[in-house]
Amino acid sequence: MTAIGLSPVDWLIIAIYFGFVIGIGFYLKKFTKSEEDFFLAGRKNSSWVAGLAFLSANLGALEILGMTGNTFKYGMFVAHFYWIGAIPAMLFLGIYMMPFYYSSKIKSVPGYLKLRFDEKTRVLNGIAFAIMTLLVSGINLYAMALVLHTFFGWSWHVSMWASALTVAVYVTLSGLMSAIFTEIIQFFLIWFGLFLVSVLGLIELGGVHQVLSRIPESFNTLWSTSSNPAQNGMMITWGGIVLGLGFVLSFGYWTTDFLVVQRAFSAKNLHSARMTPILASFFKMAIPFIVILAGLIALVLANDPKSGFHLLMDNGHINYDSALPLLIARYYPEGLVGLGVTALLAGFMAGQAGNISAFNTVWTYDIYKSIINKKASDTHLLWMGRAATIVGIIISLGTAYWAMSFPSIMDYMQAIFSWVNAPLFATMLLGMFVVWITPAGAFWGLISGMVSSFIMYLAVKFSWVGLSLITLSSPSSDMAANFWRAWWAWLICFVVTIVISLFTKKKPKEELVGLVKGLTKENLNENVPFIKRPEFYAILSLIILILLNVYFW
Amino acid sequence: MKPIWYFVGLILFIMGIIIEVNGIYFLINPPVDKKVLANIHPDVWWGGIMIIVGIIYILKNRKVKIS
Repeated sequence: MTAIGLSPVDWLIIAIYFGFVIGIGFYLKKFTKSEEDFFLAGRKNSSWVAGLAFLSANLGALEILGMTGNTFKYGMFVAHFYWIGAIPAMLFLGIYMMPFYYSSKIKSVPGYLKLRFDEKTRVLNGIAFAIMTLLVSGINLYAMALVLHTFFGWSWHVSMWASALTVAVYVTLSGLMSAIFTEIIQFFLIWFGLFLVSVLGLIELGGVHQVLSRIPESFNTLWSTSSNPAQNGMMITWGGIVLGLGFVLSFGYWTTDFLVVQRAFSAKNLHSARMTPILASFFKMAIPFIVILAGLIALVLANDPKSGFHLLMDNGHINYDSALPLLIARYYPEGLVGLGVTALLAGFMAGQAGNISAFNTVWTYDIYKSIINKKASDTHLLWMGRAATIVGIIISLGTAYWAMSFPSIMDYMQAIFSWVNAPLFATMLLGMFVVWITPAGAFWGLISGMVSSFIMYLAVKFSWVGLSLITLSSPSSDMAANFWRAWWAWLICFVVTIVISLFTKKKPKEELVGLVKGLTKENLNENVPFIKRPEFYAILSLIILILLNVYFW
Repeated sequence: MKPIWYFVGLILFIMGIIIEVNGIYFLINPPVDKKVLANIHPDVWWGGIMIIVGIIYILKNRKVKIS
């Protein structure tokens, strides 16, 4: 394709963004004096700051481009990722899990595993998380360069190095605080830079009802075609959506992935920490009005020969990720193109900064201090955090060049979460809510879940078994396989953890106070009126979730 | 230190001004290569919205300091 051209005004807007985020890094450096400032942003953020950062850490540009493309490919079922596939888990984190996380004053999710179980479970999860974070960070970097090269004709190397260096500068200077600042700026830039695509699409096509009426039923409903996989674009049943996405993948990601949970740890008190994911849930529910709507608008335009709109083709295959950039090219004049590109760049860079800030914390506390230097001072840990940031960025760049040589490793990214997060959720759930779960049960359960998920992935990838054996239905799609594989990995970890716990030594109850429900004094809402409690906002969020699902049933 | 909302206001205001000025220029001197819906001048009103939101955030937070 001919690259989307950028005018000097577009370049000016992009340059302002780069200058701004580096300037913020330098501004915040003078406030970053201790290791707690660097790794946990001083634990002084309001629930609004932590909540928007919590959401934005997940709102990478790859997700925005990918989900818009997925909507074109699978239809409105993709909205399940934002609604049933996120909201119940976020509310569960805020209401039930955050008191144990926050009150135990841990600095990372693996840190909880050490307190609840033992050191080896912590190190196992710490290493798995660190590898996952660097892989995802590098593949994100590669994906960013791919997008910028394909649509805007930018050099691969300049795109990767410029954004990696910028992230390295501001995260090294002030750690999590600058990552959170840029994530919130990214949140606003994404809304101002990309929501206009949906607005203009609706103006051109005549409104939401016009858009929905011009696409087939298998693409424009959420649940009504989910009883038969042959009748919906994603080729999945409601069981796969509820168990795989709504329960395991969603809870596994939103309640245990340190990348997002770290933002809640930065809140100034327990009430703010509990409100963090609950406030984020309201904004999460709104994201489909950018992503899903743009995908549906692209679908309607592509089905109308008079519109002159069609997605790119790569070697005979449709490039679904081209939907959003091509809509930007269709509607945006000079200046707004620069804003749209900046929104995508901000998403990529904030996503990378989020991964790197989570990596430097887990490396410093759960690997370095836990195994290599147990007596490290606070000053030394602060230095180590900065060094880990730079090393993490260099490894990410290496991963990005690796991905460039072997583009198929992009495929693995979808599967990585079901290898690490899905079984971890079973460990966390049992650890927080069942007193008699033992350290040996948790360790071997976690290993069984991770290994079985990996083997299931390889078995389908190399056709050792049929896809339908995993998904329990034929036909099915790769997406359905991801959902079901996560469910099986969770179930295996859950069962193995329970069985081994029945026969191994339990931790004394006095060591579990504050870490397990039933042994912890619960006085979370003393003297707080009901309308100010997290429970009230969680109920409100749940009602909106139900209404959205009923409306688009 | 200044709260994050102040910086959000600042970047929206600066980018809004650039988009607005550019939009007004093209309103007076229409470009040859027109985009779909160019007749409704999205840059002019979207730039205006960014400026207003930016000013609100700057004014609300210009005197706020967090410790």
